Amino acid sequence: MSVEYNADQKIPHPAMWGVLYKSSTPFWDGVKEKRVMLQRCKSCGYWLNPPRPMCPKCRSQESEWVAAKGTGKIYSWVTFNESPHSAFKTPYEAVLVELDEGPRIVSNVVGINSDELEIGMPVEVTFEDVAEDLTLPKFKKVG
Amino acid sequence: MAIDSIKDKAAIVGIGVVDFSTDIGRTEWYTACQAIKLAAEEAGVNIDDIDGMVKSVDDGPDPTYTGKGLGIDNLLYHSENHWGTSAMMNAVHAVAGGLCNYCVYYQTAHRASGPEKCISDFLVAREFRDDSLDMVRYDYFSPFGLIGEPGYVAMMYRRYMHETGIKPEQLGWVPIVASENAARNTNAIFFDKSITIDDYMQSKLIADPIRELDCAPKVDGSIAIVITTPERAKALKQEPVIINSVASGYALEGQNYTSYTRDVITDLPEMENMAKELYRVGGMGPKDIKVAMLDDTFAPYVPMQLEALGFCGKGEAPAFIEGGDKIRVGGQLPVNPDGGEIGQGRFITTRIVEAVRQIRGTSTNQVANTDTVLVASGAGGPADGMICRKE
Ligand SMILES: [Zn+2]
Repeated sequence: MSVEYNADQKIPHPAMWGVLYKSSTPFWDGVKEKRVMLQRCKSCGYWLNPPRPMCPKCRSQESEWVAAKGTGKIYSWVTFNESPHSAFKTPYEAVLVELDEGPRIVSNVVGINSDELEIGMPVEVTFEDVAEDLTLPKFKKVG
Repeated sequence: MAIDSIKDKAAIVGIGVVDFSTDIGRTEWYTACQAIKLAAEEAGVNIDDIDGMVKSVDDGPDPTYTGKGLGIDNLLYHSENHWGTSAMMNAVHAVAGGLCNYCVYYQTAHRASGPEKCISDFLVAREFRDDSLDMVRYDYFSPFGLIGEPGYVAMMYRRYMHETGIKPEQLGWVPIVASENAARNTNAIFFDKSITIDDYMQSKLIADPIRELDCAPKVDGSIAIVITTPERAKALKQEPVIINSVASGYALEGQNYTSYTRDVITDLPEMENMAKELYRVGGMGPKDIKVAMLDDTFAPYVPMQLEALGFCGKGEAPAFIEGGDKIRVGGQLPVNPDGGEIGQGRFITTRIVEAVRQIRGTSTNQVANTDTVLVASGAGGPADGMICRKE
C-alpha cells in the first residue's frame, strides 16, 4: 500500500549520512525534473547501478546518465510491520522494480494494496512530493 | 588460484569466551583483554609471548589499543580484515608465513548494550566520508524506508520464495533446530527450551517475509582464539585443531545483503567462489565435512549456503532442512550444534569456538567422531571460510 508518513518526523533524505554522495547526485537532480536517471558505461553500455567510477566489464571510466522510460515490473517487495524509522507508518511496502531497460531500483508503490502486489506486476513511475524539499519516484499500476 | 602453502600450516591452540549477556556492564576494551587472557591461559601461552593480533574492522578496540591493555611490549604483526571470519585468514597467513609466532584473533562487540546498539549501518557509514559503492546504495534505499538488515534480506528472500517455492513451514526448521541446540548449550542465553513450528509461524513478520525468529538477536560478547604453528602447538596444553584451509570469496555486483542488481539475486556466488578455493587448498570436498558451522545471522541464508557449499544440489535445500533431521546432531550434516547465532546472538566467532570444541570432543552437543568442520561466514556479502580438522 502507499506509504503514509508521520508528519512530525523527518523522512530520511538521500543524504542521510550528512552528505549526498557525488555518485548519486545526478539521480536526485533528475528526480527534481521528474525523470529516473541511470548511469551507463559510455563505452560498452553496461548499466552502472548503483553508480560507480568505473565499468566493471570494460574498465572504461567514461559514463553517461540517461533517462529511463519509467516503466517496469515488480521484482520483489518487503512489507514492514515494524518500522525501522520513525517517519514511516506501518505497515508499508518497499519494492524492487525491474525497469524495462534492465536495472532494478528500490521504491514504493502508490495506490496498490498489499494483497494486490505480485511479482511481475507491470508498473510505471509517478512522482510524489513527500516533503517540501523531497520528491520521490514511486510506482503505480500501468494505465 | 592462489598458492596452497597455507594448508595445515596453522593450528588453533586456545579459545577464550567471556559469558554472553544482553548487558555486560563493562567496556569493550575490558572484555577484549578478558577474552584474550582466558584464551592464552587455556592454550598455555604466556601473554608476553603473544606477538600477533588480528580482528575484524567493526568489532572491538583495535589491536594496538588492546595490546596496550594487555601490557604487550611488542607486536610483530597486527591487522584488521573486513567483516566475518576473514581476520582468521590474516592470522593463518601471519603464523604460516613466519610474521609472528602466537597470533590472537579476537572479536569483541557489545551490540546489545553498547555503542553499537544503534543500527550498525550508521556506525559503518560514519567511517566513509567519500563515495563507496556500499555507502552510495543508502541514498537509493533509505528515502523509501528500506532501512535495516532484516528488510534488506526480506527483499531477497521474497524473490527466493518465488523462485524456489520454499515455504515458511520449511525455513522454520532453521530456527527450530537452532533453539533445540541452544537449549542444550550452557553458553547460549536465548533459548531455555526449544520452539515448535507453531511458535515459528506465530513469530512476528517484522519485515515480511522475514520473521523475528529468522534474525539473530543482538548480544554482548567477547571471544579470543590463539593461533600458532602445529610444531609450536606440540608444547602447549590443548590438543591442537589444525586449520586445513582458509579462503575468501568475492563476486561482481555484490553488496552486503543487497546484491539486487545481479541477474540472479537468490544465490551466493561469493560463497561458491570461496568454497571452490577452500576445498581446493584443503584437498577436501563437501562429503569430507562432518559438521557445518554456517552463517545463520538471517535464517534464509542457511539453505542458500547448503547449496553454495555443495552440501546438497541446487534446489534441494528446502527439502534438506524440512523437519530438521538432516541438520540435527546425528543427521546427515549437523549444522551449528551450538545453536548458531540465532541461539547465541549475533557473534561470528562463536562458529570458530564450536568448531574447536567439536574437534576436541568437548561440545555441549557433541557430534560423534568429528574430525573435520567447515566454518562459513559472510552470507549475503563477501564470504570467508575455514576448514579445520583433527591432528
Ligand atoms: Zn563498459
